[in-house]
Amino acid sequence: MRKSRQPKGSWGRRFLIAVPYLWLFVFFLVPFFIVFRISLSQPAIAMPPYTPIFELDAGLSSFVQALKELSLDNYLFLLDDPLYVNAYLSSLLIAAVSTVFTLLVGYPVAYGMARAPTAIRPVLLMMVILPFWTSFLIRVYAWIGILKPEGLLNQFLLFLGVIDQPLVILNTTAAIIIGIVYSYLPFMVLPLYATLEKMDYALVEAAEDLGCTPLAAFWKITLPLSMPGVIAGSMLVFIPAVGEFVIPDLLGGSRTLMIGKTLWNEFFSNHDWPVSSAVAIVLLVVLVVPIAYFQRAQARARERGL
Amino acid sequence: MAGTWGRFNMVSLVLGFAFLYLPIVLLVIFSFNESRLVTVWAGFSTRWYVAMLSNQGLMEAAWVTARVALISATVATVLGTLAAVVLTRYTRFRGRLLFSGMVYAPIVMPEVITGLSLLLLFVAVDFERGFATITIAHITFSMCFVAVVVQSRLLSFDRSLEEAALDLGATPVKAFFQVTLPVILPAVIAGWMLAFTLSLDDLVIASFTSGPGATTLPMKIYSSVRLGVTPEINAVCTVLIGMVTVGVIVASLVNKRRMRIAAGR
Repeated sequence: MRKSRQPKGSWGRRFLIAVPYLWLFVFFLVPFFIVFRISLSQPAIAMPPYTPIFELDAGLSSFVQALKELSLDNYLFLLDDPLYVNAYLSSLLIAAVSTVFTLLVGYPVAYGMARAPTAIRPVLLMMVILPFWTSFLIRVYAWIGILKPEGLLNQFLLFLGVIDQPLVILNTTAAIIIGIVYSYLPFMVLPLYATLEKMDYALVEAAEDLGCTPLAAFWKITLPLSMPGVIAGSMLVFIPAVGEFVIPDLLGGSRTLMIGKTLWNEFFSNHDWPVSSAVAIVLLVVLVVPIAYFQRAQARARERGL
Repeated sequence: MAGTWGRFNMVSLVLGFAFLYLPIVLLVIFSFNESRLVTVWAGFSTRWYVAMLSNQGLMEAAWVTARVALISATVATVLGTLAAVVLTRYTRFRGRLLFSGMVYAPIVMPEVITGLSLLLLFVAVDFERGFATITIAHITFSMCFVAVVVQSRLLSFDRSLEEAALDLGATPVKAFFQVTLPVILPAVIAGWMLAFTLSLDDLVIASFTSGPGATTLPMKIYSSVRLGVTPEINAVCTVLIGMVTVGVIVASLVNKRRMRIAAGR
């Protein structure tokens, strides 16, 4: 690593660091403290609909008074109502199952791309990225027409004679999983492809020459070597999927429970800002371990790239 | 053995791409459906495109969305490129760990959390919600995507070119604009396009941060989808898909030509 030419304290350098730093600090980090603060306050029929806690211009005594009014009521409320606990648990479960399916679908595709002739790889890569450029909302919407009882999938299966009455898929957990697998597939394929493409396939050949079956060679060599891609892809799918709103809302119907939808309803239908803040904070606490893990893996991959 | 693996790869690629593209293709086909139903074919028609164009609310939302996307993508590209330069060039400064955390976290952060927290910030400082707040929100999350895209290009960039320019007396700013920027430009452009489409696409964060005056296209699409699926929405979606496809193809052709010109020199 070569030393930076610019002197440590130069104004140019400080300015360069300060601009993106401050932006993210103000618009990404600070808001979390506000969410936390509001999650400790009481709902009120006012605008904004919560009792203010810290009045900056009200002096120290009122600050102390305000501190006394902080309450964990919203968190106790979340624990008390099985609706919320179930929503967290089922979100984690649905996201985990979807991540496994995305991996099962994405791995063969990424592998096929990595082993394709070098000339067509850029085209294949482009073809994976292209759906990602088209709207997420549109791609989820497209599945409504396919999955509904009189939809295209049922028409097709009835036509083939595989089933004699329409399957109920829309508005079930299965539909949510299909939606997540479909929408997040590029996030899985791209990091997998990046590691599989760099892999030295002479190792696999050597193993096969030494008597390994192709399956054993895959299990013992290809899979372990592609683990960084598997981990990065899984995190890119799992973490956002836990808090997903659009997919459970459009494909899951009213009966399926996911925490992103609960937060949305709490905010937009019930106008209970303190409780939705508490829902967000708990979700953040649940996700902080995978997020930190993802960041470490990212940072390490970048450092290795240097 | 190679033969069966080859066939296996082919099959998985074909199935994978069919899975990715079939829903989009079906959506486009049924936008030309005569019938009101989106699942029963009743003959070719462009009536839903006419209906779409005469829908005042939809067109206004499209205009808001386009402006938000243009402004936010441009600002996000500048900030994201700065962040990428900081992350690759300045390996030690106070708070670097926090900084890299703030760059990577928004990429995986569930949108409901980002949206809610930004809204509460705007309410706390009593900032009027609308066009400006949506734009700020979009800049914040898309700059992180730009940073990651540009960073990977910067990592493979040969620093000695920049050092040579500095040795020859260029100021750091001049060296950046005349040497570094032209080399990383494809990544910067790719970052801009990514930021642009992320902004076009966003429903959740825009719903939280918008005010009464500003409705974006995804918000409009979402509220009509909730009322029922109609071919008019398919038509809107088809136009958006067409625009994005043309954009991506043009960008890749331009990129190819640039490279050919660069190689010919």
